This record gives sequence, C-alpha cells and structure tokens, in this order.
Amino acid sequence: MCLIFYFSAQSTIPTDLSKLGEENILVEKIDGRPLYMDAQATTPIDPRVLDAMLPYMLSQYGNAHSRTHAYGWESEKAVEKAREQIANLIKCDPREIIFTSGATECNNIAVKGVARFYSEKKKHVITTQTEHKCVLDSCRALEGEGFEITYLPVSNTGLINASDIEKTISSNTSLVSVMMVNNEIGVKQPIHEIGELCKSKGVFFHTDAAQAVGKIPIDVNEMKIDLMSISGHKIYGPKGIGALYVRRRPRVKIHPIQSGGGQERGIRSGTVPTHLVVGLGEACEIAKNEMKYDHEWMEKLSNRLLNKIMNRIPHVVRNGDSNHSYPGCINLSFAYVEGESLLMALKDVALSSGSACTSASLEPSYVLRAIGTDEDLAHSSIRFGFGRFTTIEEVDYTVDRVIKQVERLRSMSPLWEMVQEGIDLKSIQWSQH
Amino acid sequence: MSIFKYIPKNIQGYSMNNIFAVYYHEKVIDHYENPRNVGSLDKTDKRVGTGLVGAPACGDVMKLQIKVRDIQVDEQGRIEDAKFKTFGCGSAIASSSLATEWVKGKTIDEALQLKNTDIAKELCLPPVKLHCSMLAEDAIKAALSDYRIKQQNAQKELEEVNNTKMNE
Repeated sequence: MCLIFYFSAQSTIPTDLSKLGEENILVEKIDGRPLYMDAQATTPIDPRVLDAMLPYMLSQYGNAHSRTHAYGWESEKAVEKAREQIANLIKCDPREIIFTSGATECNNIAVKGVARFYSEKKKHVITTQTEHKCVLDSCRALEGEGFEITYLPVSNTGLINASDIEKTISSNTSLVSVMMVNNEIGVKQPIHEIGELCKSKGVFFHTDAAQAVGKIPIDVNEMKIDLMSISGHKIYGPKGIGALYVRRRPRVKIHPIQSGGGQERGIRSGTVPTHLVVGLGEACEIAKNEMKYDHEWMEKLSNRLLNKIMNRIPHVVRNGDSNHSYPGCINLSFAYVEGESLLMALKDVALSSGSACTSASLEPSYVLRAIGTDEDLAHSSIRFGFGRFTTIEEVDYTVDRVIKQVERLRSMSPLWEMVQEGIDLKSIQWSQH
Repeated sequence: MSIFKYIPKNIQGYSMNNIFAVYYHEKVIDHYENPRNVGSLDKTDKRVGTGLVGAPACGDVMKLQIKVRDIQVDEQGRIEDAKFKTFGCGSAIASSSLATEWVKGKTIDEALQLKNTDIAKELCLPPVKLHCSMLAEDAIKAALSDYRIKQQNAQKELEEVNNTKMNE
C-alpha cells in the first residue's frame, strides 16, 4: 500500500506575489493545504502505525475480552503486546498500564480517582497553575466536593520549584500533580526532584506526560512517578486512545470514574478498542527506537527557526525557560503584533496561539499569565510545534512568512509606530473597553 | 486498496477559502488582506483629528485619524482624508479599515451618525467580535472630538491674537 504525505512545502508556496502595496496580501494564491506546525495539538499518524492497526479494523475484529473463541484470543494477544510496548518505553511492568480514551481521561481518573479514594484520611491536592485544563478542571471539581487544592505558582520561566511543593505538603496531602512537559511553552519540569520529594513524604505523584512520552527518556521508577498520563495522538498514534500508568508497588488505589464490566482492573470499564491500542503500542515502539534521532531533529529545526527569527526581527520574546524545554515546542511573542491577526496572515501555515483547548476564547493564555508575561505580549504569542515529519524547507518557509507578515502588521500597528517615535507605551493612559 | 485512491482528491478539493470562511466573513478577509487607508496623518496639523482607543492588554488598539477640509474652502467641513493603524485581530483591522472608508467625504455631523451596528452588519461580525466594531465607532468619535478641541483652541488663540492686536 502506498501512502503519500501531503505535508510538502512546495504545494503551498505562493505562485503569484503581490506587487501592490506593502499591506496587500490579496493576490497571493495558495494551492493545497497549509503546512502543519502545530505538533502540540496533535500529530499525524505514522504510516507504520496505521499499517499495524489495519488488520484489527478489518478482519481481526474480536472483542479482546471474549474468552470463548479465537477472535477474542487474537485481539487479547494484540492488546497485551501493545501493553508491553508501552511498558518498555516508560520502563514499567505491563500490568501497570491502563488503557483509556486519552490523556484527558487519564488525568481525570488519576486526579479525581486518587483524591476520592483516600478522601477519608487526606483531603489536600497540590498542582500548578500551568497544568493542562483537564487537570485544573478536575481539581475545581474536587474543590466542589470539599477538597482543598493548592495551585502553585511557577517562576517567570515556567519552572516549578520543588521546595515550594515541599513547603505545601502536609499530612493531609494525598496527591501532587505536575505535568512533565508543558503543552504551550514546552518547559520541562524537574520531575526527578519532585518524584524524590513526594516519595520521601509519602505522597502520591501524578504527572501528565502527554507531551513528553516518546519524546524525552522516561523511567517511572527512576523518576519515582506513581501515576502518569499518556496520549496516543501526540506521538504519531491514533486519536481516542491513551494510557494511564498506575504503580503496583507500593500500590496506588483509585476510585474508578466509570462503572461497568470491570475491564482494565476495574479502573476503566468499557471494551478496549483493539485497533487503537495496537496503534498506541506501535507508536510507542517506534518512538522508543527513534527517540534519539527525533530529538536531534527537533533541536536542529528549533535552533534554525530561533536563529533566523531572532536575527531578523527585533522585539521577539521567547516564552518559557529555554534551557529546560522540549525543543519541538517554541512559544514566541512578537511584540506590537496581535497574535490572531498574525495567524490569519500566516494562513498557509497551521499554527496556534496556544492550547487548542482554549483558542476559542479571546482571553490570552492562562499559562503565559502564570509565568508573568505582560498582557500585551500574551496577546502576541504564537506556538511553533515541530514533529517527526517536519522538514527544513517547511521551517524555512514558515520563517520567511513570519518575518514578512510581522513586518507588514507592524507597519499597520499604532503601537509599533509609537515605539519608533520613542513613546513609552506604559506611560499612556489606555481606555479600557 | 482502491478506497485510498479517493483520499487525495478529497484533500485537494478542500480549498483555503473554505477553511477561513468558517471563522471570518469574506468581507473581513478582504479588508484584512487589502486594508484601505493604512497610514498616519500629521497629528500636529490643526485640521487633523486623532483618536487612539483600546488597550494593548485587551489585545486591541486603534488609531484613527481624519483630515477635514478648510472651512474657508468647504463650508460644510467635509472629511477629505482618513487613515488608520490597528493592533488587533483581523476583525479589528477590518472594522477600522471600513470606518476610514466610510467617513471619507462625510461631514463631521454625518460621521458622528455612524453606528457600530452598521459596521458589524456590513462585516457580518460574529457576537465575539462585536467589540471590534464598537471600538471603531469609539475611534471615529475620539478623532472627531480631538478635531473639535483643536479647532476650538485655534479659535481661542485667534481671538487672543486679535484681542492683543486691538489693545495695542
């Protein structure tokens, strides 16, 4: 079978360039689809993953929980193989993997499940302000049930200080939840330190590793992680599948959210989707084998993008700690240019101004607010997300477009004009609306 | 695997315009891609009124300037030129571009009659973008009021000069 990728840079290069005004981009004809630069939102499925999945979508359709016939047995075998592939990637026991519908469900089960199970003795949960919405919202739900939640602030580079967690942990604390790699600014949290700390204090440690699994090396035992959320579609696997790592020794007990047939050790009832699970397993195996190569590729691409943009455009700020971050996620603020208008101008590149879950609202990103980005810069941010299939040509094309459009929009920006005239924008009394 | 032959056709049939039509009306895209009257007028000129509204923290700042014909030349005082610069989303840029287009050739009183609802209607703005059209109306009003203040000050200066001359 032949699968052709439609991500090539050539297909979107404008055929007719504008010679009218500097502001005019009307006559740029765009063929084909935009380049994809939003790998934190989702990634394309790897053709090798699809190949592994196809038999289970066509002929091998048995229910993995059917014990009475060959259809069930072959599916069960496939599910168990996938469990092993995931366990190999994060260095745990296959029995510690629970299949779910995705990282959001994993985070819900982990945060609510652990907090509720131990609620008679402990009613305190610690998390950070830059977590994914599903963790924050699960915590809000717990607050409604009478739990006490601490939302720890992060430094202005986005990193959490382990000593802040230490100060907050009390005898009432049941769970600490800190994400491994941030989805908006790519910052890697000091998971080793936090894991060590939680273990010494006898508190369970959950980490949302949706953006980290398969991209950076993870060893749940070395990192002392008790629960970890994994997503399929962030690692070139299918959408609608995720896995939750739950430690067996010492055992982490969970109050299940979903009632049903007791599949997945009673933690997540419901028929396991064999084809998706096989896809996730295959994606994890590929990620394990190619992690070093992929990571080097991400570094190469991100350095290229950063160097070119920073050298060519002034007043660009990188959000998040550049020393402790995953290179495939770069969040830049282009001062004096509004992010949404820049995205509209870069219509042949699929980019995002932050999390896909919050881009429908007009509010600037809460993650950028949490790291203390000025509100006007928070409105000017764009996230560049590279993936395994991103090419150098695509990065170069994106950079050229960004430079051109930032210059165009700055020529239209009253703020840029005022800055050029030497006016301090902070000295102006702005009318709020 | 004949079923896969159909995939590329479907993908190619998905044109860029369709993608954007979901979020922006074509009139917004037209004004955004081909903005009218971008630029600045001399803000020290007595015949130029400048309106600066919005705030960077809110993600929208509009600067709208109007230039009114000399009253000695044109009694009605029509607006001969209008320019804008906008920091904001596509709808904000489109709203201010449309506003400059509309005020040109109008008298000050006519320009004061322009309503944000007209701008919103013309650009088919969705509810979340209505504040862009309100900001454009505010910008017109601010520019007109700046012009009036300038004219009044000029009038006063003129009178003072005349008074001092008479005293001499």
